[in-house]
Amino acid sequence: MRHSHGRWAFWLLLAPFLLWMLLLIVIPHIDLLILSLREKIVPRVYQTGLGNYAEFFGEPVYVWTLVRTVVMSLLATVLTFIVGFPVAYYIAKIARGRTRTSLFLLCLVPFWVSEIVRVFGWMMLLRETGLISSFLQWAGIVSGPVELLYNDAAVMLGLVYTSMLFMIVPLVSTIDSLDDSLIEAGYDLGGNGFTVMRAIVIPYAMPGVMAGSIIVFMLSLGNYLTPTLMGGKSGQWFTANIYSQFITRFNWELGSAFGFVLLATSSIIVWLVLRLSGQSLSGTLGRG
Amino acid sequence: MVGGGFDLECRGVVKRFGGFTAVDGVSFAIPKGSFFSILGPSGCGKTTLLRIIAGFADPDGGDVIIKGASVLRTPPNRRPVNLVFQHLALFPMMSVAENIAYGLKRRGVGRAGIDRSVSAVLQRVGLPDAGLKRIDALSGGQKQRVAIARCMVLDPAVLLLDEPLGALDLKLREHMKVELKLLQQQFGTTFVYITHDQSEALVMSDRVAVMNGGRFEQVGTPQELYFHPQTAFVAAFVGENNRWRGRVIDADAAGMKIEIGEGHVLRAHGGNGAVGRGDRVEIFVRPEAVDISGRSPAASNHFSGTVENLLFNGANSRVMVRMADGNLISAALPQTEAAARVQRGDPITLAIAPQHCVTFPAAS
Repeated sequence: MRHSHGRWAFWLLLAPFLLWMLLLIVIPHIDLLILSLREKIVPRVYQTGLGNYAEFFGEPVYVWTLVRTVVMSLLATVLTFIVGFPVAYYIAKIARGRTRTSLFLLCLVPFWVSEIVRVFGWMMLLRETGLISSFLQWAGIVSGPVELLYNDAAVMLGLVYTSMLFMIVPLVSTIDSLDDSLIEAGYDLGGNGFTVMRAIVIPYAMPGVMAGSIIVFMLSLGNYLTPTLMGGKSGQWFTANIYSQFITRFNWELGSAFGFVLLATSSIIVWLVLRLSGQSLSGTLGRG
Repeated sequence: MVGGGFDLECRGVVKRFGGFTAVDGVSFAIPKGSFFSILGPSGCGKTTLLRIIAGFADPDGGDVIIKGASVLRTPPNRRPVNLVFQHLALFPMMSVAENIAYGLKRRGVGRAGIDRSVSAVLQRVGLPDAGLKRIDALSGGQKQRVAIARCMVLDPAVLLLDEPLGALDLKLREHMKVELKLLQQQFGTTFVYITHDQSEALVMSDRVAVMNGGRFEQVGTPQELYFHPQTAFVAAFVGENNRWRGRVIDADAAGMKIEIGEGHVLRAHGGNGAVGRGDRVEIFVRPEAVDISGRSPAASNHFSGTVENLLFNGANSRVMVRMADGNLISAALPQTEAAARVQRGDPITLAIAPQHCVTFPAAS
């Protein structure tokens, strides 16, 4: 009696999650998969086949855009780690009490406004008639207006800025759990600042590093707003391809195939990185 | 060489935190190859002193000299001392061998040299096959030995140990005490061991410093501390002691008479510090110095009382005796047949020889 009672409660608590997974993730993906396998022969006539995938691999621009997106996302992840790690280390190990709380809050504050507002903020700074350009002209460093937007560096800046919090939070929580005496032992046995970081702090924080990196990589790969607004025409992002297939070209079949290619690519890369770093997904997400 | 024969010397070391003086002018010198303990209650400044020696804290005054040279300007990673941390601080992401190799790698020792040193030191601590094990696969005692091996492989001038036995259960702690002592003799390295457990300090050490309120109360062999404490704090802190307060009613070269409670007079031999007639004193008597056999010489102090409680603890058994003046005295209960007849509620006569009464002027 009690047993069946407990089981009811279990399913009841699980129901919202299952509904969410089923309605928003599983069913749409099955639908997309079916769509992606439909080849258009003539209008309104379809047959099942891998034609859409063949079209993707047959067109170098599509493949090149995907490769570019993956490489840029990996670079954004590495840059976010390089910028985020010292911040996380400072918050977790050096700052104390109120400083610590307020620093953490400072990382969080930009996320109180929506992504589009943040991106417009950057655009106001970087555009030809923007603050930085005007300042440089006023100071006499440049003679004419400079365009700082619409290049890969601007996209990278936007991506790193947008992802920072998602790197810092898992890093702070793992570094925080590192016993100070381990760091002291690292010095006591002859290590210097660099070797203690490399041999002790980073290996110890590896689950957090991987958790943060996976989140940042996925966010960058799937980002649409930042690359589109800050990269302009020159910054082709793979998600923009998907968007244009669905919305501009009404080619849902090819768009679905693109979606699955992106899903497969990101899964393979995450799997590869986890394998190479000797971490497991459960260990990473469990700790981070 | 200045300070030859001493591996470690501290001269007037002072450390303040704000208005609080944690270490208050501590000086000592430790001869080569000895086991030195710093014993004190928590908060007495012993950990701060250890961190100053290891280089993790800078003293506000004084000097730390290792093998004849001041190390105040040497950062912790270059000091020829190593520290066994309270919770050992073994690196959990490395194997046993990698933990031990860490320090050697930092010195730039080659791979072959590292392998040789690691297996040699593992052999010496009795874990020859543990090299590939993960840290969390080791027992408490094994972790202890790995932590010591990790330091000893670097051949430090002094090994500092920060209460490393605190986290172990009683049985293992008793075992590790003996093992640490043996390891120290085997390596021949100077050990500085800090602890709040007087039995650890007494069992292992060649010399013990008793620390209180940032100062050394007394430095001596375990026997000196036990039998000839120089301050009331040492008498109370090291070993068990009965403690009375009294007033001197007569004092001469042979000894003194002290009134404790109404009409009870205790004769004691000369104590610590100048005491004259009328001074208030504290008297300490070890439980094993209280004789309950009833066959003691007439020169002893004799008191009568009632057995209030029997505390059986093997060789450390005690009989608690309520004296006529209301004081409770703890006396050793030897596990003999005669002593086995002692029952709760029995009248009993206690004898205390004057030379076993240790007296100090009472703090005003």
